Amino acid sequence: MTTITTETPIIAVVPGRPFGLVRHSLVMARRSLIKTMRTPEQLLDVTLQPIIFIVLFVYLLGGAIAGSRHDYLQFLLPALLVQNVLFASAPTGVSLNTDIKTGVFDRFRSLPIGRSAPLIGGVLGDMIRFVVAIVVMLGFGYALGFRFGTNPLAVVAACLLVMFLAFSFSWMFVLLGMLVREPGAVQGLGFVIMFPLTFGTNVLVPTNTLPGWLQAWVKVNPVADAMQAARGLMVGGPVLDAVVKTLLWSVGILAVFAPLAVRAYRRKT
Amino acid sequence: MSFAFQATGLVKRFGRTTALAGVDLAAEPGTVLGVLGPNGAGKTTAVRILATLLRPDAGTAVVGGYDVVKHPAAVRRISGLTGQFASVDEDLTGTENLVLIGQLLDLRRGEAKSRAAGLLADFDLTEAADRPVKTYSGGMRRRLDLAASLVGRPAIVYLDEPTTGLDPAKREDVWNMVRAQVREGTTVLLTTQYLEEADALADKISVIDHGKVIAHGTPAQLKHIVGGQTISVRPADPAHLDAVSVILAGTTKGQVESRGRGVLSVPVDDAKVLGTVIRQLEQAGIDVIELSLHLPSLDEVFFTLTRGTEKKQEVAA
Ligand SMILES: Nc1ncnc2c1ncn2[C@@H]1O[C@H](COP(=O)(O)OP(=O)(O)OP(=O)(O)O)[C@@H](O)[C@H]1O
Ligand SMILES: [Mg+2]
Repeated sequence: MTTITTETPIIAVVPGRPFGLVRHSLVMARRSLIKTMRTPEQLLDVTLQPIIFIVLFVYLLGGAIAGSRHDYLQFLLPALLVQNVLFASAPTGVSLNTDIKTGVFDRFRSLPIGRSAPLIGGVLGDMIRFVVAIVVMLGFGYALGFRFGTNPLAVVAACLLVMFLAFSFSWMFVLLGMLVREPGAVQGLGFVIMFPLTFGTNVLVPTNTLPGWLQAWVKVNPVADAMQAARGLMVGGPVLDAVVKTLLWSVGILAVFAPLAVRAYRRKT
Repeated sequence: MSFAFQATGLVKRFGRTTALAGVDLAAEPGTVLGVLGPNGAGKTTAVRILATLLRPDAGTAVVGGYDVVKHPAAVRRISGLTGQFASVDEDLTGTENLVLIGQLLDLRRGEAKSRAAGLLADFDLTEAADRPVKTYSGGMRRRLDLAASLVGRPAIVYLDEPTTGLDPAKREDVWNMVRAQVREGTTVLLTTQYLEEADALADKISVIDHGKVIAHGTPAQLKHIVGGQTISVRPADPAHLDAVSVILAGTTKGQVESRGRGVLSVPVDDAKVLGTVIRQLEQAGIDVIELSLHLPSLDEVFFTLTRGTEKKQEVAA
């Protein structure tokens, strides 16, 4: 805070404790966690939905595409994991949009906390959803016969990498949540963005079976890189290039969308 | 004189609506400023500017010596707001709501918890402390909202229609809470539709209408704006009404009016005529069951003032 010289203070301001933004963001993250725990139906999209995806794709396409369901599961699961964790980042925008409509955010705005704390807290708190999605998918995949082809360290690295990308994506949806008026519209736009990004990849079939224009899209699509990286880290194969690209994309998306989201939130006051 | 908060010439427009057209509001430390005004007068807009939730288009507001636009962080640290609409989290319990705010105000977790427990007790919410707010009644929510604005022991508290929706007993409780705060030196800005409330709590009252302050003063001064005092007489036997009317007309210069059944009243310039009226009633042998000398109620003040501006507006239009 700047020193005050222009007016004559008549009431002393007790300065806050240090590391305010970190502490306040964590307090807000805890709030979001409590809310999620209290309404577990909010977790359906990271529990039931990924299971349905796995079952549908493995049994619908597995035989035809790979000839063997087991081989297809090994191919599909890491990529499907990336897709579903990214899907799990969109609802953060919806819930922040709803929050702002209620008076609760007025209360936060009247408190001496950083403008970004409620947003950072919301995004951090919702990362529990990524963890749930990962645990559910790996557990269910294991039950169906999926096996890691690498070491535990690589698997953990894959999970962290996916969560980092999803964390960056969250800020895109927070921005959307700040700009769009209705929670329903945020959700709808979320799908519009997510479908080409996550299905426009080699999630279901190898890239070389795709038409040329789609192959071109897959080459520039960051989600395809993340899927490639996850496959390499979990099942085996080359990873370095894909991991580096995914990290760069994550940092880039974060650097662009987080400040924009915070600015849009400030403007709303 | 230094004011705890002072707004000067506040202007705020929303599109083509002018919510505030140059409003001045101020309160000395440790006093209550009542802001009265009909729906849409601009009360909430003024409060939101003072609470740093809105920026004024023109004018300045200084709270505790800090400009709300230049030093919003300082203003937020010394003031607390209870908005017109509940701003508590429905999914959290009463305790969780208050602890959350305490932690955001940099209290340690233990301090935040004991502060929450104390406030919940003060607002008669201890029993509901561990229930999610969505199970609360409207009045309980309102009280929790009030408690939420006091967590940081702010020096200045804004209460936007704090007792709307409370039953009379709970309203009385809130009034007592406000009085207790003021005794400790807190300055309060209170908007209300209830003139009775402004009369009971406010040291000074500003009446706003159409985004302008149309009157300012102590409750007693405002009552004088409408006129002096009134004598009202209710004879025991309604048959004596005519005789009473003659006496009132003879002793005062005002127009005798019948307000309600069996009551006559007349405005007076000088309170001394009350003695004369009593003597004449005695001489005439008229028993009375009600005889009073009173200032006009704030309701009358309010209607007189706001009707006045409507007339002005019509003339201007
Ligand atoms: N966000 C907004 N957008 C557009 N117009 C607004 C907005 N907020 C307030 N107004 C308008 O500004 C005027 C003043 O509103 P305000 O809420 O300050 O009145 P009020 O005195 O608090 O009324 P009430 O007693 O009904 O609460 C009204 O005409 C209102 O319609
Ligand atoms: Mg209002």
